[in-house]
Formats: sequence, C-alpha cells, structure tokens
Amino acid sequence: MSKENVLRVSDITMQFGGVVAVDDLSLEVNKGEIIGLIGPNGAGKTTAFNVITGVYAPTNGAVALNGEVIVENHPQGKMKNLYKGKNDGKYTDVKVLTPDKITKLGVARTFQNIRLFKGMSVFENVLVAMHMNLDSGLFGATFRSGKAKHEEEAMREEALRLLAMFDLEKNKDDLATSLPYGKQRHLEIARALATKPKLLLLDEPAAGMNPQESAELMRLVEKIRDEFDLSVLMIEHHMQVVMGICERIYVLDYGALIAQGNPEEIQNNPRVIEAYLGVDE
Amino acid sequence: MTEERLTTGCLSKKTKYILSAASIIAVLVLVWVLEQNIPPTSQWSMLFTVIKKGAIYSLVVVSMNLLNGFTGLFSLGQAGFMLIGAYAYAIFAIPVEAKESVYQYYEPLIGFSVPEILSNAMGGAGTFGGTMGEYLGVIILMIFAGLITAGIAFLIGLPVLRLKSDYLAIASLGFAEIIRTIFQWDGLGAVTNGSNLLRKFPTFSSSLFPLIVSGLCIAFIVMLINSSYGRAFKAIRDDEIAAEAMGVNLFKHKQLSFVISSFFTGIGGAMLAMFQATVNATPFTSNMTYELLLIVVIGGIGSVTGSVLGSFLFIACSEWWLRFLDEGKFLGMEADFMRPGFRKVVFALIIICIVLFYSKGIMGTREFSWDGLISFFRKLPSRLLNFFKRLPGRIVNFFKGLPGRISGKVKKLSRNTKNSKNNHTKNTDNVKEAR
Amino acid sequence: MELLLKWLPYILAGISVGGQYALIAIGYTMVYGILRLINFAHGDMFMIAGLMAVYLATALPLYITLPMVLVLTVILGCTIEVVAYRPLRTAPRMSIMISAIGVSYFLQNLALYATGGLAQTYPKIEWLARTVNVFGASTKMVTLVTPVLVIVLVVALVMLIKHTKIGMAMRAVSRDFETSQLMGIDINRVITVTFVIGSFLAAIGSILYFTNYTGIMPTSGGMPGLKAFVAAVFGGIGSIPGAVIGAFVIGICENLIKGANMTTFSDAFTFVLLIIILMVKPTGLFGEKNIDKV
Repeated sequence: MSKENVLRVSDITMQFGGVVAVDDLSLEVNKGEIIGLIGPNGAGKTTAFNVITGVYAPTNGAVALNGEVIVENHPQGKMKNLYKGKNDGKYTDVKVLTPDKITKLGVARTFQNIRLFKGMSVFENVLVAMHMNLDSGLFGATFRSGKAKHEEEAMREEALRLLAMFDLEKNKDDLATSLPYGKQRHLEIARALATKPKLLLLDEPAAGMNPQESAELMRLVEKIRDEFDLSVLMIEHHMQVVMGICERIYVLDYGALIAQGNPEEIQNNPRVIEAYLGVDE
Repeated sequence: MTEERLTTGCLSKKTKYILSAASIIAVLVLVWVLEQNIPPTSQWSMLFTVIKKGAIYSLVVVSMNLLNGFTGLFSLGQAGFMLIGAYAYAIFAIPVEAKESVYQYYEPLIGFSVPEILSNAMGGAGTFGGTMGEYLGVIILMIFAGLITAGIAFLIGLPVLRLKSDYLAIASLGFAEIIRTIFQWDGLGAVTNGSNLLRKFPTFSSSLFPLIVSGLCIAFIVMLINSSYGRAFKAIRDDEIAAEAMGVNLFKHKQLSFVISSFFTGIGGAMLAMFQATVNATPFTSNMTYELLLIVVIGGIGSVTGSVLGSFLFIACSEWWLRFLDEGKFLGMEADFMRPGFRKVVFALIIICIVLFYSKGIMGTREFSWDGLISFFRKLPSRLLNFFKRLPGRIVNFFKGLPGRISGKVKKLSRNTKNSKNNHTKNTDNVKEAR
Repeated sequence: MELLLKWLPYILAGISVGGQYALIAIGYTMVYGILRLINFAHGDMFMIAGLMAVYLATALPLYITLPMVLVLTVILGCTIEVVAYRPLRTAPRMSIMISAIGVSYFLQNLALYATGGLAQTYPKIEWLARTVNVFGASTKMVTLVTPVLVIVLVVALVMLIKHTKIGMAMRAVSRDFETSQLMGIDINRVITVTFVIGSFLAAIGSILYFTNYTGIMPTSGGMPGLKAFVAAVFGGIGSIPGAVIGAFVIGICENLIKGANMTTFSDAFTFVLLIIILMVKPTGLFGEKNIDKV
C-alpha cells in the first residue's frame, strides 16, 4: 500500500427525495491506476461520477483529491428525517465545490451521452477546455496583447498535439457534431485531457463500439495514462474492456458496493454474477 | 467561422486587411460627401436617418446578440439598459443655463454639465479648444453612461443570472419594467425630471459620429468573441454542464457577458438620446426589447454581421422603404386599407414568416469574410435560380396542407371521447359513470 | 372600522382585478405546463378580444356580441397555435418563444392599424356596470360578479382536468411530453384543447376587465398579460390553483399600493414580487422541482 492516493471517496450516499441512488459508496484510486466501476443499468455509477465532479452535492459523505477534501456533506433540513443511509453524523462539514473548481483541481470527465459543444468546431472544443488556465485577462485577450498572443499560440499548439494523438487533425475545422460517433467519443477524451487532469473519469467510453474499436480504445486509454501521467476511473459495460485494462474493479448494484477486487476475483464473485444475471427462484 | 478557415481562402491575409481598411474609409468618405450634397429637404435625406438610427441599433442589437446568441442567455432587459444609458448621458449633459427650462417642476439636483465644464476649461464656447472640450465631455459622458449601465447590470445579474432560460427572460423583463418605473417616479424628479422630457443636451448632427462610435464598439465585441473568452461564452451557450465540467466558471462568464453587453447597450442608449434630442422613459418598454430581439433573429442568432445587416434593414424598412404602405395608394390607385399603421402590420407579418420559415435569419451563425463574399457572388446566379424554382412549390405545398391540417383538427375536436379502450384506470371509469 | 372603510374599496377593486388576472393567468400556466412555452401573445389576445367586442358592438346587440367574442377569441387562439407554434414543435425552445414574441408584435401592430392608435371605449354592459353598495362602499356589479365567476370556472376546469379523459391526457402530457406521445396520446389535440380553454378564459377575462377599465389601447394587453404571467409563476407555473391564488394576491396588493398613494409603483410591485419569488422559491407556491439529468 505504498502507492500514492489520488482519489478517495468515503461513505458517499446520494438520496433524491426518498430514492437512494448511491448508498454508502467508498472507493479509492491510486496514482497511475486504471480502475473500473461497473454494475447493471441504474446502479448509480453515473450519479457517483456526478458527485465526484461536483454536479450533485451528496447527501452524506466526503470526497478527497490528493488528500484534500473537495466535497463533504451531511443530511440537512428536510433530509434529516428522510435520510435512509448509513454513517449519519460521521461528517459535520459542508463543502461542495462547483464542477469548474473541481476540474481546475485536476479531475476531468467525459459524458455517457456525449456532450460536445454543438455549435463549435472540433478545434474550438478542445481550446475551450484550456480556457481556465488562461492567465491574460479579458482586455488582454480581446486586444491580443503580447502575452495573450503568446498564450493563445501555445494553446493552439497544445490543442493540435492532442488532436493529432486522437487522429482528429484532419477534422479540426469541422463542426464537432458532424463527426462520426466513435470520433465524437475520442474528441470528448481529448477535450477532457486538455484540462490537464490528474484523474480522468470516463463514462462508458466504449459504448456503441465494435470489438475492434474497443480494443483500440483500451490501448489508447493505457497510452494516455502513461503519457499524461494520470489515473483513470472508468464506467464501462464492455466486460472485455474492463477486464482487459482495469487493475481493480468496483461493482455497484442498487447504489451499494457489492464487490471489489481485481478482474479475476470479480469474474468469480457470486454476488456480481447474481446482480448481472439475477437468480433463479 | 474560425480564423483558420479564413486563411485557407483565396486571398492573402494582407490583401484582406487592405481591403477592409479601404472599404471602411470609402464608406466614411461616401457618407461625408453625401451629407455635404444632399439637402435636408430632399427625400433622400431619409438616408441619414437610416444611417444614424441603423448604426445605433446595430450596436444595441450586437450587444443583445452577444448575450442571446453567443452566451445563450435569453435576457429581455435591453430596453431598461438603454434607458439607463440615455438618462445617464442626458442628466449630466444638459447645460446649466438650460436646466431651469428643462426641469420645470423640480429643483435640479445635478447643477453642472460635463461637456460645458470641459468646454469652459479648454477655452470657452466658440473657440476651437472649447468645441474640442465639448466633444471630449460628450465622449466621457458616453463612457460614463456605459459604466453606470454596466454597474447596474452587475447588481441585477447577481440574482438573475442564476435562473434558467425562461425564468431569466421574465426576470430580466421585470427588472427593465422596474427601472422604467423608477425613472418616471416623482420622488426622483430632481434628477430624472419625473415623467417629463429631458432635452437641450448636446447632440450630433453628422451620421459619421454614430457610425464611428458603433463601429469601434462592435469591433471590440467581435474581438472579444474571437478570443478565448468568446469561446467560453459559446461553450456555455452550447452546453452549460459540459462547459462547467471543462473548468469554465459559469457564473463569472455569464456575468462578464451580461455586464459587457449592458455597457455597450448603455452607450447605445446614450446615442439614441442624442439622436432623438429628447429623452423620456415611456417608449423604453418591453416592446422595444421585443423589436431588438426580432432584429437579432432576422440577422441570425449568433452572427454579428447578421445583426448589423438586420439593424440597417429593419430601420430602412420601417423608416423609409415601407413608408409607401401608409400613404393610401396602391399601384397608383386609391386604397383605403393602406392607411397609417398598415406598414407595421405588413412588417410584422414578414417578421413572423422569417421566424417560421427562415429561423436561421440572414446569416445563420456565419460571419462576413472576403472569401465568403467572393464565393457568394460566384454562386449567386445558380442559387437565385434554384430558389425561384422551388418557391412556387413551397407556397403551394403550404397552402395545400393547410385546409387538411385545420379540418383534421376540427374533426378530432368534435370526435367523441368514446374510444377509451386502451385506458383501464380509475379515472376513465369515472368518465363512463358520469356519462 | 374607519380604517376598514378607507381600505374596503381598494380591497374590492383588488379582488375584482385579481379575478380578471386569474382568468388570463390560467391560460399562461396551462400552456406553460404542456408546451413549456411562455405564450407572450396571450396578453395581446386578451386585448384583441376587447377590441372585437368594441367593433362587433357597433353593429350587433350585446347578447350576440359577447358570445361571438368568446367564439372568435377561441378561434384566434387556436389559429395562433397552429400557425406559429405547431411548425416549431421540434425546434429549440428559444425559437418558439421568439415566435410568440413575433405574434405579440403582430397583434399589437394589427390593433394599432385598426384603431389608428386611439383609445377605444368598451361597450357598456348595463348589468355588469351597474353601481352597487357594499358595506357603504359603492362599486360596480362586475366587482362582485368576478370572484364568483372565477371560482365557478376554476372548479369546473379542475373537475375537467381531474375527471375527464382529455383532462387526464393533459396531465400526462404536462408530466412527460415524449412518453405520453409514445403512449398514444394525440398531443396536438391536447394542445388545441389547452389553447381553447386558455383563450376562452382570456375572453371572459377581457369582458370583465374592460367593463372596469373601459379604454382599450393596442398596448392594453401588455401589462395585464405580464402580471398574469407573474401570477402564474408566483403560484408555481403549471398549477391552476396556484395561478388563481397568485392573481388574487397581485390584484389585491396592487390596489392596496394604489390606496397608499404610491400608484407609480403598483406595476413595479408585481415585478419585485416576481424577482423575490424567483430568488426564494423559483418553483413558486405549488410548483414541482425538476432535477437536470446529466
């Protein structure tokens, strides 16, 4: 356990009204790891992503990035009576950073249902993700001051490099939504990388891909991890992909963690098989 | 759309700069020459009204487009912000001597006039320095008007910009109405002259003034849109959640866009005050905002070029070209229905047609570029031909479909609610019982 | 007692105008509930209904004019829906809103053309305009009729929505547009019925409102329209009882402000209320919260 911890999710419960979407989830991602998060549809995987990235404030629990708490909450107001989860009272602070702040701290994500900027070119899509690291102010950027010009050029070079990595150079001036589906998924990853993340959250990156494309994607994810020196947490339904590249896997069912371990352990875990296939009665 | 695309065209960058500079100078010189040669009595003097008002509207409409078209904020507070700009300018520009005759019912609180002070400081009225001083004062006041408007927009933005699309629209509309009420309020009469006119402040006579001021302001907006900040605005427009996930601070950027847009709207308001030579809060209603929004749509939501073209077209039609519709004659014959107001009805119909059938407006989200212009003229003949070939068919189809669609509705409406086969819930049972 | 006597006329006027706003607000809230569209043209339709009565009454007796106003307004409402909103059903929401603004612009200019910009006087409906005494405060009959009529109509409408098949379809559509379409509900029919009800109530509202405030200008629809919309937001948009309560609150407060000699601010008050409610409880009194899906 000498590995450096990047993400620590502790006792997260996310409850919408009376519905518990994520139930007491704890997970860890260490530096350089590729971690899988799997589970049947509606198990709360994407909700977990949304909590980590600050889109939703959890009902209870905390998330820490590199040891620094970025999200923490406990049941308040009406939720006090409604709360059905565990670890009530363990957390006392309230801290919910907005998604942009969390991105700035080094968490980038892709979306299950692709969310590219529709009215913008492929190139611009990537450039937007670099905007938050811009130093020059509004007037500098508008009037192209020397510094701003330099920054803009650096941004463009970097964006081109990223596009080249995903084989999107030729399409750089096309409208993002005019790309074929697979390339749109690639562009989402490229865009996420442009924020210079330490942790990359991929939400079903292989959805809709054939086995050959999935295999390519696996190599790509590994390459990204090595080249950008980051950790990856991915939601995926393609077992071939998950089993192929994930070092450890967490399994969610009805919001709760039912298993964790390396691919082999997960494959042979009876509860996982039950969750996916159901049991005969 | 991006600069990259421009450089792939057939003209070199340098040629384009020269062309742009030359055409700007040519337009300014042309306007100047025309102004010297067309007497105010000629019916062609209408041209200058169109240029002046068109330039002012261009600026306001482009600012509105920055919000609605580029940042995706459906804000309807424009008229209120123009009003602030107009008053901010007028109140501080009325010469001291004139104050008494303007503020008939109140003791004016602002006892100075900025252009006057500067004029006196630089040599007094009548001298060259004095005139320059007055100009300087006017410019300073216009910037001041913009800043005041931006400041108020900042405060309004704090609560309003956290709202979602249609709530934002209605809240900004509400604020505009509140602003209007406040400026008409007796209690502030010493500053705003209550519901009475403000007048006798310095105005402009040459069309060059609004052209140049609007041109500079619009240039700033275009450069902003093409910068990294502009990309962040467009990202918010396209997908707020994705933009935020990419590290764009939503509130900060919405606020930036809102404040900048209001700044220029305020300057536009100040120029409108100068153009009209009087200011009164009454016409700055939500209808004015609607009109501006419709111009944005005509030009193309998300196109600066479109907004400018749309503004001039709109003003030219409403002030000049469609005047004949109000004059009671049709093809030389007396026509009763063409009495005053008919122009506006026709005009509104045209606008609805544009909204329904050409929702992209004149330009869509495209912008002017020299390459685009050249290829446009190359393709024009074949395009026109195509358009007119298809037009009759389109019209026929629309009207052919119409009776069917309407009668279909009528039939469905009159149809009894018998066939409740598919629903076996409690509610349908109640219906049956009731019958 | 003296205090009450001073304020009673204002309260009565408030209840009356509140009821009239309520009738307009129902149209807004129902259309928003189903189409998620702020029907900016609704207030102008209300104004056009008033003008129709003016012009029809010059040639016809009142007992024919008033039913005709109701029928014509309903036809107008449905025509607007078919021509200006239906073609944009799949378009972005902003386009439909712009189309609504375009229709509003058109109706106002049409009214301007028809009236030549001069205020028209609403025909006098003797029975409604009769002066009556309520606890010593003299007022028009319409003041008493309005709240009663509003309550009757709202109860009828709520029954319709709760207990008929079309009402059930309306509730389903407002809950989930796409799914109800998949379940075989004829969306267009539901929307048409919504517009029929909305226009009908707006027409009744116009008869009551203009009996009170007899001058009609092309811009007469704007303010009552906006206020009715605020009432709908206040009550929680999509909720009919909410809209009615909101309308009465606005009507009464507005008249109390007038009573306090602050007439200038009676209009602005509505918008202050709007902004406060949007800040504090954006979903209004009875609105439901929607969670954005990511």
